[in-house]
Amino acid sequence: MYKLFSLAWVFALLSIVAVGGGTAVLPEMERMVVHQFHWMGDQQFRDIYSLGQVAPGPNMLMVMVIGYRLAGAAGAAVVGFAFFLPDCILTFFANRLWSRFSESRWRTALQRGLAPVAIGLMLSGTYALARLSISNLAGLAIAAATFGILSWRRTNPLVLVSAGGLAYLLFTIR
Amino acid sequence: MDSVRSQSPTPNERAARAVALGAIFKSFFTAGAISFGGGVVAYLREYVVREHEWLDDESFLDALELSEALPGLNAVNMSVIIGDRLRGVAGAAAAVAGLLLPGMVVIMTLGVLWSEQRHNPHLRAVLIGVAASAVGLLTTVTLQLGHRQFTRPADLLFIGATFVAVSVLKISLVIVLLTLGPLAVWYYRPLTHPSESAHHFLHLRERLHSHRAHWRH
Repeated sequence: MYKLFSLAWVFALLSIVAVGGGTAVLPEMERMVVHQFHWMGDQQFRDIYSLGQVAPGPNMLMVMVIGYRLAGAAGAAVVGFAFFLPDCILTFFANRLWSRFSESRWRTALQRGLAPVAIGLMLSGTYALARLSISNLAGLAIAAATFGILSWRRTNPLVLVSAGGLAYLLFTIR
Repeated sequence: MDSVRSQSPTPNERAARAVALGAIFKSFFTAGAISFGGGVVAYLREYVVREHEWLDDESFLDALELSEALPGLNAVNMSVIIGDRLRGVAGAAAAVAGLLLPGMVVIMTLGVLWSEQRHNPHLRAVLIGVAASAVGLLTTVTLQLGHRQFTRPADLLFIGATFVAVSVLKISLVIVLLTLGPLAVWYYRPLTHPSESAHHFLHLRERLHSHRAHWRH
């Protein structure tokens, strides 16, 4: 019961501070889940993140698997609600309030000011994932290849991450 | 709750009042089922703007910009805002439920299977490769979203300060947001007051351009 309560608290907090979206909150999630609460090792955390990449919809649905690992089906449900419900309620009321200020120039200031902070947080999220997943030249090559292909032409991300997974598998069993 | 709104609905919005909850659910369910790797917003635009014409591009951009300024996942915030515009609370609930349901079913299925097999070295190798590939994907998305910010010295400073605070100094995200956030907003505080409507109109083109990155996937 105590664990469910901690899970609810941690993921509700993470959803409220996720300015810039899921990637932006990834370092904080790793810090709390792996280093502060010691709920799992960093490799399990990385593997669960990867599951989110191959599932449709928002990648951050993978938080439910973190809840499942720790407290079964109840854990998955608690984390699902904690991570999505507070944010939905906040967005609902902020949106209705926001339309009142649609002409306010502070609105522009808020958007322009938060944009670089959000980008910085996304860089941190990318870096955190790189530290967890790239430990050799093969990993680096897979990341670089994905970046190169996406910069070159539109490609379905599912195809790219699947190819990346397959490539690393071949590298380890060769 | 409608009294909370200060603006009268646009013709588009008024027409949208008749949208059935089932139609909202179906569109968001489809977007949630076929989008991968952060491309959700592009699919939402496909259904909400292009196919059903529930919103025009400008309203869609308004929703997107607000979604980005608010915490939480963009796609989820978009669903709440668009669903609310179409059918109030019930519409927002239908949109979010539709968006998340397919992914939830798939991720939980994968999660249960993974839990059984998590020590399998081959499975672990595949997941490491997926994560490494995701690094390339996230790099692309970040560069696309920030292409404007990366060319402005002041923004680069805020980007750098945020990155160093989180990744090097390991400062708690709450503290980073409460210090750098207000600082950056203050830097962009309104100084002059030219005609609001002219300002608004001139920026529409720029906004359309700067958000095109979202629609790529």
